[in-house]
Amino acid sequence: MLNFPRWKVILISLVSLLGVLMAVPNFLDDKMLESWPSFLPAKQVTLGLDLQGGVHLLMEADLAEVKKEKLESKRGDIRDAMRKEKIRLTSHIGGGQLMIRLKKPEETDKALSVIREQVEVLGGGIAGGGVNDIEYEDKGNGEITVRLTEEGLVVRADEVVKQSIEVIRRRIDGMGTTEPVIQKQGTGRILVQVPGFNDPQKLKEIIGKTAKLTFQMVNANIGPNDRVPPGFIRLPMVESERLQGQENSLVVSKRAIITGENLVSASQGFDQNNSPNINFRFDRVGGKKFGDTTRKNINRRFAIILDNEIISAPNIQSAILGGSGQITGNFTVQSANDLALLLRAGALPAKLTVMEERTVGPDLGADNIDAGKVASIIGLLAVMVYIVLSYGGFGLVTNFALIVNIFLIFGLLSLMGATLTLPGIAGIVLTIGMAVDANVLIFERIREELRSGKNVLSALDTGYQKAYGTIIDANVTTLIAAILLFQFGSGPVKGFAVTLMVGIATSVFTAVSLTRLIIATWARKKRPTTLKI
Amino acid sequence: MLLKLVPEKTNIPFINGRKVAYGLSLLMIIASIFLFFEKDLNYGIDFEGGIMIEIGTEQAADVGAIRGSLTNLNMGDVVVQTFGSDTDILIRLQNQAGLTVDEVVVQVREALNEAVPGEISYRRTETVGGVVSEELTQDGIMAVAFAIGAVLIYIWLRFEWQFGLGAVIALVHDVTLTIGMFALTQLEFNLSTIAAILTIVGYSLNDTVVVYDRIRENLRKFRKMELSELLNLSINDTLSRTIMTSVTTLLALAALFFLGGEVIHGFAAAMIWGIFVGTYSSIFVASPILLWFELRREPDSFPEEGVEVYPPEKAK
Repeated sequence: MLNFPRWKVILISLVSLLGVLMAVPNFLDDKMLESWPSFLPAKQVTLGLDLQGGVHLLMEADLAEVKKEKLESKRGDIRDAMRKEKIRLTSHIGGGQLMIRLKKPEETDKALSVIREQVEVLGGGIAGGGVNDIEYEDKGNGEITVRLTEEGLVVRADEVVKQSIEVIRRRIDGMGTTEPVIQKQGTGRILVQVPGFNDPQKLKEIIGKTAKLTFQMVNANIGPNDRVPPGFIRLPMVESERLQGQENSLVVSKRAIITGENLVSASQGFDQNNSPNINFRFDRVGGKKFGDTTRKNINRRFAIILDNEIISAPNIQSAILGGSGQITGNFTVQSANDLALLLRAGALPAKLTVMEERTVGPDLGADNIDAGKVASIIGLLAVMVYIVLSYGGFGLVTNFALIVNIFLIFGLLSLMGATLTLPGIAGIVLTIGMAVDANVLIFERIREELRSGKNVLSALDTGYQKAYGTIIDANVTTLIAAILLFQFGSGPVKGFAVTLMVGIATSVFTAVSLTRLIIATWARKKRPTTLKI
Repeated sequence: MLLKLVPEKTNIPFINGRKVAYGLSLLMIIASIFLFFEKDLNYGIDFEGGIMIEIGTEQAADVGAIRGSLTNLNMGDVVVQTFGSDTDILIRLQNQAGLTVDEVVVQVREALNEAVPGEISYRRTETVGGVVSEELTQDGIMAVAFAIGAVLIYIWLRFEWQFGLGAVIALVHDVTLTIGMFALTQLEFNLSTIAAILTIVGYSLNDTVVVYDRIRENLRKFRKMELSELLNLSINDTLSRTIMTSVTTLLALAALFFLGGEVIHGFAAAMIWGIFVGTYSSIFVASPILLWFELRREPDSFPEEGVEVYPPEKAK
């Protein structure tokens, strides 16, 4: 008990010191942090959305739609390929699969080999390991069914989510907010957390829009009440463009001349009348296409379409060469800016719907921090007073360990880059209450040993030894609960679990090793013959 | 003079009172189950889905007027209540079929602008869709079930299966009573409540393990002692520690309850109740229940009663 090996003394002191050093930045304000020497750790605990305010969104990609589109495009590819081979067929999509009926059943083998060539391998690296995107089955009698494979859909879903995350990140970065969290969650889900942001509506407008941009020719020969011929579609004007005395919808060709994929830049500017507009530029391919089309269609109108709504339908006055142009319309500076941002960031590969949304205003966040601080400090003081009243000098040692423990918790949380939430603060307060438990176990044991007639040093020694097993058992069980909380919890509950886990680990260290070192050092110096405990 | 809530040496016949304790526990469990089915829990939107909006008003808000104006929107059940202070209002709505969340929020904002004079600050908006709330419910149930299962296994490995079973019975007891408390008080049952319940599981277990540890030790030490007497001795041995730890934890929780703000209020309430229940159960349920099982004592290879089996301490 009394003799600590030197390395142990050094280790315990070092860990305590390091923990305190890592925690200190959390208690400094910005100005003091600036003068904090750069060789020292300066990482602070990240505050959760409930403490600093912000928006939390859980979104789900519409994978059913992705699947439908994919099957539709496969059908197109297969028909084109069959046409090349002069195989005649009818096809329709139903029940999630593509059904093909050949005009001449004897061409089945030839048709199957055409379909085989249409199989794409998704995912996998140079070493292979990818999965086929479709599977097909010969039903006999000239009937073939084609299905998207489950594995292929999973790969596709992952891609959709990955691309969506990229697009969302570009959009949010374009808004100039700091450190958003954008991550995949489960299959087809994306979690977006933007701290310090207080307008979920705006955020959803920015990240929820698919922003699929196309340029399509307007068919001016069809009036508002006429039937729409095949190959064309009637699309509505966006709300801001529904002007009095003008049409609310236009009939446009289904074929897109150019899509947003060819866009390389877009920014808000002003037109000659000084009203806000959007300047854009195409890449080389897009610019050439745009130039050709406008040259051939002078005095006709084309429509600029965003997510199936027409935002502008200008008349082509002259060929637009050089690959840049502008979109005019009834924009405000803000709406033009937002649209330019969406166009720059690109389109989402799938529609996203919001499943869960939590917004905390900044003043509530500040209130929460204040309440958490006050509760922690008062709770800590109450516990410390009670401990000193109960154990005297030994209580002081416990209190010292308790304070080191709190520093260690903050230090570790900073090191891990963990997020502190309000339930997390509750976790710390709870750890304060429970950290003392280890010392209580030890001290109660020492009292017992003294009562049974042991001398002071032997009582100290036995107390620590016998309490140790109990302390480990007790803490492991709490740790089990904390791990499960972390596994199954979400959001703030996870934050609580993290602080609880960290708190358990640090409290065993401070309450057992640190107090033991202090008490042993004291006992070696003083050689007490009676203990006041 | 040092403060001692529990005298140094106690000999309270806890085990003799076990029949009363069983009766009390059984009664409370039945009451909890009854309350759960009769009154149901006041589920938060985490588990039921829906929309929750917390607003701050400049003057004391007129809850009736707000409720009236929101009821006019025809959105089904609308809950409007003050939250901590009378300038802080909590509004809860169900998810609306055919309306997106945004549309609902826009309508609610318009209605609030009519009903509330002055500036409104939107302190918090939370919406949880049906799918997510179902998953959260599932996760919550799984977390509690797995925690209890994991504990059973851990204690089985560290002690004997009888101890594992005893601990788990005590845990189920604690969880049931906590849920009963939520049914009775109609405090909101949400994600932080699950966190609280799991922490209670951890705490109660902590307490139980400390007593069990002592029982195991005494089983080796006093090989001829009557089991009920031995259980009683073990509980008394650890009593001052049990009370001490409960009090420190309660002190910390009381600070959270009174000063931690409204959001954490329900959490702290659940925990405080859990400390009482957990402490009670490790004394009156987890330990006496061991009497039901034949506790296997190790073969008599050790000396007589009263002699320690631990290796003699080496004075260092």
